[in-house]
Amino acid sequence: MRALVVDDSRTTRAILRRILENVGFSEVHEAEDGVAALDLLRAVARPSLALVDWNMPEMNGYDLVKIIRMRRDFDDLKLMMVTTESEAERIVAALEAGADEYVMKPFTEPIIRDKLALLGLPAIRGSSSEAP
Amino acid sequence: MSPDRLRYVRDLLRERAGIVLDADKGYLVEARLGPLAGEQGLDIDAFVDRMRAPLGTALRDRCVEALTTNETSFFRDVAVYRMLEAEVLPRLLTARAGARRLRIWSAACSTGQEPYTLAMILEQRFPQLRDWSWEILATDLSREVLAKAEAGFFTQLEVNRGLPASLLVRCFAKEGNGWRIQDRFRRRIAFRQLNLTQPWPSHVGTMDLVLLRNVLIYFDVPTKRRILERVRGRMNDDACLVLGGAETTMNVHDGFERERLAGGTVYRRRDAATATATRRVGVA
Repeated sequence: MRALVVDDSRTTRAILRRILENVGFSEVHEAEDGVAALDLLRAVARPSLALVDWNMPEMNGYDLVKIIRMRRDFDDLKLMMVTTESEAERIVAALEAGADEYVMKPFTEPIIRDKLALLGLPAIRGSSSEAP
Repeated sequence: MSPDRLRYVRDLLRERAGIVLDADKGYLVEARLGPLAGEQGLDIDAFVDRMRAPLGTALRDRCVEALTTNETSFFRDVAVYRMLEAEVLPRLLTARAGARRLRIWSAACSTGQEPYTLAMILEQRFPQLRDWSWEILATDLSREVLAKAEAGFFTQLEVNRGLPASLLVRCFAKEGNGWRIQDRFRRRIAFRQLNLTQPWPSHVGTMDLVLLRNVLIYFDVPTKRRILERVRGRMNDDACLVLGGAETTMNVHDGFERERLAGGTVYRRRDAATATATRRVGVA
């Protein structure tokens, strides 16, 4: 499975990459803003998941989600915002724009795992949805 | 922690909560009691010594509470909730369509995520329940966690964990750095202190659905059997019991029939005439 991490913080991208690799994503690509993410989406063969920050240079994550959701060829792509924005209005806006889930920073690995389980992504290892 | 102090804590836990803590769980005791000891300005050994003293009653209470609080999160084991939503609850609602009454018991509710998850599912996924009388009894051994559960206030980290964002914005209001569940959910839930190993108060009543998850693992087989016998006595004829993923009634109590569903397993009452508590001793 392939995933895309879109965040202008290299540290955050590295943390998210490690979590995604831990749960079973074989390819994790990184982009530092929405424009770079769109370029990558054109180049990478059908990722299953994109984790998207809100505040980034060039193109923010909210606009990126809206653009992706206008394109039918990414209907299968699960979009999860991972951002410091924590106001209810922002969460509602992101969901209405087409985000499937929303995580408020700071996050922990179990938080990301459990959200991925909510998205029903196959082959997720170690989420609390699995029986011990 | 010295072996004799660990033995004291294990005996205390067994005596007060009926919980058997293995001798190799010293790390757990230290992790849970460390913050309490820190509050008193003591190390773990000195804390246990103070707890053992005749005036240590309050500390002993807090020790038992600290060691019996389970990790919890919204939609913990999400497959279980999908099973309840897709299969168990629709069947129960059909069966109760005449009486329009539904009672659910979250028997080890900890800080409230389990009963609130149930309340959100019932309200959001089953709008026909608006005209029903439905309630959730949420019990726990610890008064401290019950107070937190009843307040319905959760940190950002807690609402991040397992709770769909769509439910967060529909069912909670942001308050400072955390989120508080809306009052209409709290009004559906009765939070009560209850020790599963002690006599149960009459308010427990009879139930249509019982969630007793990740609790039995702490008890020895005779205690598990006694608890299951009493749970069975509080279940309506067609009620369902849900246990934790590592728990079962098999080899513990034969008064239950196991039904495998897509997301997990539920247990139903076996016919009362044929059910007797099994005499076999095994590990669930």
